[in-house]
Amino acid sequence: MRERYKVSSNPHVRSKVSTSGIMMAVIIALLPTTGYGIYHFGIRALFVVLVSVASTVLTEFLFGLYKKKMTITDLSAVVTGLLLALNLPVGIPLWMAALGGVFAILVVKMLFGGLGQNFMNPALAARCFLLISFPARMTDFTYDAFTGATPLAALKAGGNVNIHDMIVGNTQGTIGETSMIAILIGACFLILLGIIDLRIPGSYIVSFLVFVTLFGGHGFDPAYLSAQLAGGGLMLGAFFMATDYVTRPITAKGQYLFGIFLGIMTGIFRIFGPGAEGVSYAIILGNLLVPLIEKVTKPVAFGAGGKSHAK
Amino acid sequence: MNKAGERLYNGLIKENPTFVLTLGMCPTLAVTTSAMNGLGMGLTTAAVLACSNLIISLLRRVIPDRVRIPAFIVIIASFVTMMQLLLEAYIPSLNKALGVYIPLIVVNCIILGRAESYAYSNPPIPSLFDGLGMGLGFTFALTCIGAVRELLGTGAVFGTAILPDSFTPIGIFVLAPGAFFVLAALTAIQNAIKIRGRKKGKEYKKLQSGCSEDCMNCSDSGCSRRFYGTEAKDTGVEVTDLEKEG
Repeated sequence: MRERYKVSSNPHVRSKVSTSGIMMAVIIALLPTTGYGIYHFGIRALFVVLVSVASTVLTEFLFGLYKKKMTITDLSAVVTGLLLALNLPVGIPLWMAALGGVFAILVVKMLFGGLGQNFMNPALAARCFLLISFPARMTDFTYDAFTGATPLAALKAGGNVNIHDMIVGNTQGTIGETSMIAILIGACFLILLGIIDLRIPGSYIVSFLVFVTLFGGHGFDPAYLSAQLAGGGLMLGAFFMATDYVTRPITAKGQYLFGIFLGIMTGIFRIFGPGAEGVSYAIILGNLLVPLIEKVTKPVAFGAGGKSHAK
Repeated sequence: MNKAGERLYNGLIKENPTFVLTLGMCPTLAVTTSAMNGLGMGLTTAAVLACSNLIISLLRRVIPDRVRIPAFIVIIASFVTMMQLLLEAYIPSLNKALGVYIPLIVVNCIILGRAESYAYSNPPIPSLFDGLGMGLGFTFALTCIGAVRELLGTGAVFGTAILPDSFTPIGIFVLAPGAFFVLAALTAIQNAIKIRGRKKGKEYKKLQSGCSEDCMNCSDSGCSRRFYGTEAKDTGVEVTDLEKEG
């Protein structure tokens, strides 16, 4: 009896982790935030989410048809659409959400070569595209005829904020950013699954807090610091968008550097910038710097480099 | 006059300075916030380009090879100064809109590029038409970019509202990022047309202008294609030297 050899090229050991698996986990992790957003802002938030996801998935589908290479099953378009919707105010016209979705997938992702080649986070790029194009609609956080400043804007203007409401999420803001608790539940899920780790979010948040303590003008004031932490898109950005596999550095050292850069930039935007928020700009700026960070933090292969002992 | 027509076609379509050669990006991206600005910038550049090409071509046997760049700059700068004074006198609004980009035409690489690669080694009449063709190609490109940006960013073209009031202007298109989007999209469209044309058998050779593919007798020592297409030379890496160092 002849032995049976299977001849195949390497790699021979394959991980069971797949792109669609990771994307599915991220979608599940975003569900508490999305759910709270819909509960808090009403049924219109659901429509924004649906339109945004539909536009990203449809764009990816049509581009796949055109290129005859269907990538829709990796679910990344769903994640992009969901993240984009969570970054939009509830009152946004639905066609703007759809335009953002098309921009995210077509311009930022597919034209650069699809998933893995996009040079910045598509959802955030689309949010910034919409923010620059329609500044009035993107910063209009009216819902249920209740107008008012976002907690961060109130904080910047020197007003008082209710920190308890901010942590639960009973405030103004984009659909997904208000509830710190819901975001942290999703983040814990991803950390327990090992899909993200604390390097980027940790260094991001710590460096941001240090920056605000030093330059925020309030010194070490726990109430002010926690309001800065819970307000705006910091939590959503730190756990779900800065940790995007494609647009973050690969090495641990690079990830710490990346996080620190994001923290400092967010601080600069929030404290010295004209607006109250700066997380999205900070993260896409950081994304652009990733190739440079990789260059600086390139690990030395075992046996190569180091001090030469040969004399 | 056949040569003149060929030069015009070359500048407008085949080697459009913006869409094919991607030269002069600074004014292209900066001033095309409206169709009018694009047209004004393009025509100003075209006038300077045609005049400077003509004069440089006339003086090509007088200008010493080693100081040709300073000589070109002096000639171009004279025409730019004239153009600016004319604009200030007759179209002050356009002069104000284009601002610093008018004096900056002096360092526009299309003009220096045409002087160096065509006018300096060709007779005056073709050079004049080369400048006109390139200038009109630049004008055409800038007006297109300006029109698209103005249409999407404000809903109007040349200041006349085209889109209905229900259209919400997409503000990013009149800001700097919009210039990149529109330029890239228009370049992609013209590439698509050319690729389709090539499939049908039309010839769109990509050549340096004025290049006769005869590098031996060419005066253009800075040509990037200079040694392309010749036999690969034996570079003969000294293996022994490398081994000594290792």
